[in-house]
Amino acid sequence: MTAIYILWLRQIKRYLRSRSRIIGSLGQPALFLVALGFGFGPIFQKAGIGNYLDFLAPGVISQGILFTAIFSGIDLIWDRQFGFLKETLVAPVPRLSIMIGRTLGGATIATIQGIFVLILTLIIGFRPQNLYLLPLTLSFMFLMALLFTALGTAIASTLNDFQGFQLIMNFLVMPLFFLSGALFPLQSAPPFLQIIAKVDPLSYGVDSLRTTLSGISTLGVFTDFLVLGILTGIVLIIGSYLFSKIQI
Amino acid sequence: MANMKAAIMVRNLTKKFYNFTAVDNISFEVEGGEIFAFLGPNGAGKSTTIKMLTTLLNPTSGEVEIAGVNPIKNQDAARKNFGIVFQDPSLDDELTAYENMEFHGILYKVDKKTRQTRIEELLKIVELWDRKNDLVKTFSGGMRRRLEIARGLLHHPKIFFLDEPTVGLDPQTRNQIWNYILNLNKKEDITIFFTTHYMEEAEKVAGRVAIIDHGKIISQGTVLKLKEQTHSKSLEDAFLSLTGKNIREEEANPQDRMRLRHNMWRKNK
Ligand SMILES: Nc1ncnc2c1ncn2[C@@H]1O[C@H](COP(=O)(O)OP(=O)(O)OP(=O)(O)O)[C@@H](O)[C@H]1O
Ligand SMILES: [Mg+2]
Repeated sequence: MTAIYILWLRQIKRYLRSRSRIIGSLGQPALFLVALGFGFGPIFQKAGIGNYLDFLAPGVISQGILFTAIFSGIDLIWDRQFGFLKETLVAPVPRLSIMIGRTLGGATIATIQGIFVLILTLIIGFRPQNLYLLPLTLSFMFLMALLFTALGTAIASTLNDFQGFQLIMNFLVMPLFFLSGALFPLQSAPPFLQIIAKVDPLSYGVDSLRTTLSGISTLGVFTDFLVLGILTGIVLIIGSYLFSKIQI
Repeated sequence: MANMKAAIMVRNLTKKFYNFTAVDNISFEVEGGEIFAFLGPNGAGKSTTIKMLTTLLNPTSGEVEIAGVNPIKNQDAARKNFGIVFQDPSLDDELTAYENMEFHGILYKVDKKTRQTRIEELLKIVELWDRKNDLVKTFSGGMRRRLEIARGLLHHPKIFFLDEPTVGLDPQTRNQIWNYILNLNKKEDITIFFTTHYMEEAEKVAGRVAIIDHGKIISQGTVLKLKEQTHSKSLEDAFLSLTGKNIREEEANPQDRMRLRHNMWRKNK
C-alpha cells in the first residue's frame, strides 16, 4: 500500500515541478476551442444542431485527458532510458503494485489536466447544464484517465526507446482522438465512420462527458460506464503482465 | 547454522544476446558473510551476471540462487534478500537527494525512525547533507554517484551487489564508503558481492576473487592464491597476467549512447 502511495506521490511531484509542461499541454486544447469553437460555431448554429461550444467543450476536455494520460504512461520509457526504472524493478514490492502506483499517479495528473481544460472552456464561455452532475463528470474523467494511462504504460512496457514514439502518436493517439466524435456529431456522419467511432474507446469517454456536462447523449452513460470500466480492467491486466516481463 | 546454503550460488550460467554470448557457462559460490570481488575487463560480462542475479534479466540457461531463493522463478521473494548499487545511473533527477532516499526507504519498508537516522547518517558520510533539498539534476557526476551509494546502503539486506560502486569518486570518499560497507559486513554479516576496476581496492577488502574475461571465469580463489598462481606481487599484476594486456573495446548500446547524449546536452545547457 505504501509502495503504491510513494509511486503515486513521485508522479505528482514530478508533474507539479514541470510548470512548462502543464502550461504547454493546455495550448492545444485552447487552440481547438478558439479555432473550431469560434470558427465552426456559426455553421453549427445555422444547421440547427445547437450550440457548438456545448458540443465541443466535452470533446476537447477528453482530448486533454487522452494526451496527458497516454504520455504519463509512456513516461515509463524515460525512466527506463535514464535508469530510474531499475531502482523500482528490483525493490521488494510486487511489480503489480508498482504498475498500479504509476498508473494511479498518471491518471491523477491527466484528471487534473482535464480539470484545467474544463476551466479553460468556462473562460471561453461554456456553461455546464447541471452543476450537480459535476462529481459524475469528474468520475468519468478519472476513469478515462485511468484507461489511457494504463494503455500508455502497457505500450511503453514493450518499448526500449523512443523510436516507436512517432508511431504511437500517428497511429494510436491521433486516430483515437479524431475518430471519436470529439469534434463532430456522429449521427450525421457516414456509417463507416460511425462504426469506427463505436470501436474507439474515446467515443464513450466523450459521450459520458457530453451527457453529464451538456445534456447531449448518443451512446448512453450506462453503456459508456460499462465499456470504459471493462476496457480499463482488461488493459490493466494486460499491462501488468507486460510490465512484469520487463527486462533491463 | 541449520541452513548451510550459500548466499549466492551460480551454476553453468549462460546469457546470450542473439548469437553473442555475454556470459559463458560460469559457476561459482559465495558464502554468507563473505566479501567477494568479481573482476574483469570492460565488457567481460560482470554487469550482465549481476542483472541475472537480481531479477532484471533472464538467463539463457543455468541455475542461480540468492539466499536459497531462485530469482527467476521466485522474483518477489528473491528481491527481499538483496540490495544493489547499479553501475549505471538510476536516480530520479526531478526529485531532491532527500526525496530519492526517502522513496527508496519507503519502497524497501525501512521504518520511519530508522529511515530518518540512516538517511542523515549516510548523507553526512557522502557529504551531501547540506545539499539534501537540492534537485538531483543540479548535482555533479561524483555527487550523483555518492547519492546512488548512500541510497543503496539505506536498507540492510542479506546480500549487497555493488557494481563498480566507487567509480569516479575521490580517494577520501572511497575510503569512507568502504569503511562503512566493511562495518556493515562485520556487524550485520551482510554478504558483499562487488565489481571494481581498482585492483588495490579489491586486494584490500576482498576475501575471495573471481576473474571473468569474455564471459568465462578464468580463475577464482583468495587474492593470495591468485598472486601465487601467477607469480605476481600484486592483484593488479595477477589480473594483467591472466587477462592479457589488450584493451577491450566495448560497444556502446543504443541506451548508453542516448544517455551520453542526454548528459552532453545537460552539460551544455
Ligand atoms: N542488452 C544487451 N544487448 C546486447 N548486448 C549486450 C547487452 N547488455 C550487454 N551486452 C554485451 O554483453 C557484454 C558484457 O557486458 P557487461 O555490461 O556485462 O560487461 P561488464 O563486465 O559489466 O563491463 P564493464 O566493466 O565495462 O562494466 C558486452 O559485450 C556488452 O556489449
Ligand atoms: Mg559493468
